[in-house]
Amino acid sequence: MKRVAIQAEDFDVGGELAALEALGGGGVASFTGVVRGGNGLVALELEQYPAMTQAQVGRIVDEAMGRWPLLGVSVIHRFGRLEPGARIVFVGTASRHRTAALESCAFLIDWMKSDAPFWKKEHFAGGATQWVAARDEDAVKAQGWDS
Amino acid sequence: MAMLSIVYFAWVREAIGRDEEQVERLDPGRTVADLVAMLAARGGGYAEALGDTARLRAAVDQRFVPMDSLIGEAKEVALFPPVTGG
Repeated sequence: MKRVAIQAEDFDVGGELAALEALGGGGVASFTGVVRGGNGLVALELEQYPAMTQAQVGRIVDEAMGRWPLLGVSVIHRFGRLEPGARIVFVGTASRHRTAALESCAFLIDWMKSDAPFWKKEHFAGGATQWVAARDEDAVKAQGWDS
Repeated sequence: MAMLSIVYFAWVREAIGRDEEQVERLDPGRTVADLVAMLAARGGGYAEALGDTARLRAAVDQRFVPMDSLIGEAKEVALFPPVTGG
C-alpha cells in the first residue's frame, strides 16, 4: 500500500493507523507533526509547489520502500492556514519487522523536512509575519540517511 | 518563440510580487544561475529576492536541481528558499 495525500483538510490518525494495521504485517510506526504554539503564534501558513509536491513526496516514499521491507506507507501533508494544535503531517509505515517500520518512519519525516516543496510562514498576534528559516540540522539529518 | 515559465514561492514570490511569469527561452547552454542573474539585474524586488543565490534553491520541470544545472529544453523553472515542510 502506498498512500500520498497533499490536502488542506485535517486527517484522522486513527483511521490511517487502522488501514496500516489491516495489512497484517505485525508492526506499525507513525509520526504526527502538530503546529507548535507559543511566542504569540496565531497561525502557520503552509505554501506548496502544487505541480511538484505529489510526485516529489511519491519519490521519497518510493525511496523508503526500496530501502526497507515495507507492506505499506502513508504520508499526508497539509497546506494552507493552520492554527496551533492543528495536525500538519502524518507518516505511517507497516512492516513485519519493528526496526524497518521505525527506521523508515524516521527516514520519511527527515526527508519530508528537507526534500518536499513546502514553506512555512508564521503569523503572530498583532499581525507580524515571518518565513521560517530552514535549519541546517534538518539537512544534515536527511543526508545522514545517504550512507 | 518558445517560452519558459518561471514560478516563485515563499519570500521570493513576495519580494518579486508575482507567482509566475513567462520569458523567452534562453540559449540551451544557460544555467539556472544565469537565469537568476538575468532576473536579478532587473533590480527592485527581483534584486532583493534573487541577488544572493546562496539563499535560493531551484527546480527545473518539477525536479530539484543545483544552481549550475543547464535549463536546456525545460518548460518550467522554479525559484524559492530552502524548503521548510514536515
